[in-house]
Amino acid sequence: MDIATHVFSALYQFGDAFAFLVLSACGLAVIFGMMGVINLAHGEFIMCGAYVTAATVHAGLPLPLGILAGTLVSALVGVVVELAVIRHLYDRPLDTIVATWGLSLIATQGTLIMVGSTMAGVGTPFGSFQVGDYSYSIYRIVLFCAALGVLAALYALFNWTRFGVLARATIQVPHMAAALGVDTRLIYSLTFACGAGLAGLAGGLYAPTMTLVPTMGATFIMEAFVTVVIGGADVFLGTAPAGGVLAVVKSVMTSWQGQLFGQIGLLVAVIIVVRVLPKGISGFVLRERT
Amino acid sequence: MSKSVLRGLRAAALTGTLVLGSPLGSHPALAAENPIKLGVLEDQSGDFAAATIGKVHAIQIAAEEINKAGGIMGRPLELVAYDTQSDNTRYQEFMRRVLQRDKVDVVFAGFSSASREAYRPIVDQFNGFAFYNNQYEGGVCDGHMIVTGAVPEQQFSTLIPYMMEKYGKNVYTLAADYNFGQISAEWVRKIVKENGGKMAGEEFIPLGVSQFSQSIQNIQKAKPDFVVTLLVGTAQASYYEQAASANVNLPMASSVNVGQGYEHKRFKPPSLKDMFVTTNYIEEIDSPKGKKFYAKFKAKFPSEPYVNQEAENSYLAVYLYKQMVERAKSTKREEIRKVIALGDVCMDAPEGKVCIDPKSQHMSHTIYLAKVGADHSISFPKVWEDIKPYWLGEAGCDLTKKDPMAQYTPSNPPPKP
Repeated sequence: MDIATHVFSALYQFGDAFAFLVLSACGLAVIFGMMGVINLAHGEFIMCGAYVTAATVHAGLPLPLGILAGTLVSALVGVVVELAVIRHLYDRPLDTIVATWGLSLIATQGTLIMVGSTMAGVGTPFGSFQVGDYSYSIYRIVLFCAALGVLAALYALFNWTRFGVLARATIQVPHMAAALGVDTRLIYSLTFACGAGLAGLAGGLYAPTMTLVPTMGATFIMEAFVTVVIGGADVFLGTAPAGGVLAVVKSVMTSWQGQLFGQIGLLVAVIIVVRVLPKGISGFVLRERT
Repeated sequence: MSKSVLRGLRAAALTGTLVLGSPLGSHPALAAENPIKLGVLEDQSGDFAAATIGKVHAIQIAAEEINKAGGIMGRPLELVAYDTQSDNTRYQEFMRRVLQRDKVDVVFAGFSSASREAYRPIVDQFNGFAFYNNQYEGGVCDGHMIVTGAVPEQQFSTLIPYMMEKYGKNVYTLAADYNFGQISAEWVRKIVKENGGKMAGEEFIPLGVSQFSQSIQNIQKAKPDFVVTLLVGTAQASYYEQAASANVNLPMASSVNVGQGYEHKRFKPPSLKDMFVTTNYIEEIDSPKGKKFYAKFKAKFPSEPYVNQEAENSYLAVYLYKQMVERAKSTKREEIRKVIALGDVCMDAPEGKVCIDPKSQHMSHTIYLAKVGADHSISFPKVWEDIKPYWLGEAGCDLTKKDPMAQYTPSNPPPKP
């Protein structure tokens, strides 16, 4: 086996881990970073996206439209949750943890009762390709590109659009923004919906590759929280580099000693980063800048 | 299921508990008082629920049939069911509750081996009597337990030599990383070696992991002739879809897939192509008795996604219990064990004839080799009849003489007398 094969396989594994970390963490990072709300129902928004995607694909829609539907439905559910629950708890950040945790329990059990214990999968599209001795799934490359696309879109949204400017103003000094005529409540709603929609997008993108069960959100949660904790409050300066660092840790440890060590590596990385950089990577970068 | 029972189930599922009283098909001639109480601790929610809700339903069907036909010795059978939520600590909590507060005569409990080992010391401590109606890694030598599921000498001694003969001698094991996966992998290693093969590799996956790109590459690197998949829980089942999309294209062998989690129904073909499973019952088995059981199940629970081997194990366990109580004329465990010691506790189950082995209190089984085709249809290339759970007895476990209340493995056999 030549070096090129090894290099490609290492890159593929890195990209695969990176995509999973970034896609599962983005929604959580937007809601936490922009609003300071720790959303423990994040996994259930992912599950919602996956279920809607699968259901619409079973109903005859092509997969990309199904994923779009999953994203939109999750965002809508996000709006409802924000209006009904989160809105009343902005002054009590610790209570949002309990409230969203309760929501996640209700969502998991409710799905089990209404939809049943499993849902039929939709199958992974695109097939495979061969490099050297190994064959790879093309869809995993699509996932990697999707992760890069999501990061680029978020960057554009928050830096180049009017909504982005208003959202950043609202997050920085809410009272001043309100005094200048910004509807801060609307901005909060939309930001929460954006986070929920990103979670739904992650669910939709991974729906073809996974078991569809009410508890599936839980398999994203550890990676999502680890990435957000390491990244800190800023989506671009935090989540993206954190995803990169953790993807290297995870893919190297997993290829060296197996999945168990991959998970141990992630958790050890969190402990080290939290000890050395209490505000995460983005906190470190921002402090250096000022 | 009647509307009211269904509503009750939903409400119960929401509160996390479920107590089904005697109204389940109660017979007018039966005295409502003095029922025989059967505790049911199974996962009705959580990661294992897909494989285990059918067990509860099977027990309900059997209890209803028995109550319609006059109960056990004229006493109705009352189910006391709790949802253990795929959580080991819930098993311990509810096991104490059914034994101490509800004072049940017998408990049917457990899916994962971790939960069985979590509750077994409590059964021993409070001198209870439990049935474990699940296939597992074998080796439990405990007089308080009866195991109706299949064990490695029944599932692997048949499956692995068949696979090695058909596909080759290089074997790769991908197993869940807890006692079931570790001990089952030890059995695979042992049987592969005995048959002159070699392990191309092994990897243990923590429960709840759902991303397998690196494991898939490790398998391709090791170039095995087939992969033994001992993956447990719905998260780990994502492996099949991901391996298929990466075009791994290796035959697979398993003691748990299809027969428990009906992966061939849940995933889109052909991701489980060339999966071989040894099981003592699945709904595709085309025997008159098997079809009759399936029809009965579907009549009662039309929306049941699949009738798996653990549902059949649970169903026949209720009838075995009835037979033993009636022959012992008592629900006391020691009296029942005297009946087991006679060595002729057998019944005609949906899978075929089964008998309890007095030495280990495990059960003989008809083992079906199920093969998943490219379109996910099931065929049965081979059937082994009356395979006995011989290992514990041969290794030195004899519950008719001594009760060590322990679990043994090939590398940790019972002490020689």
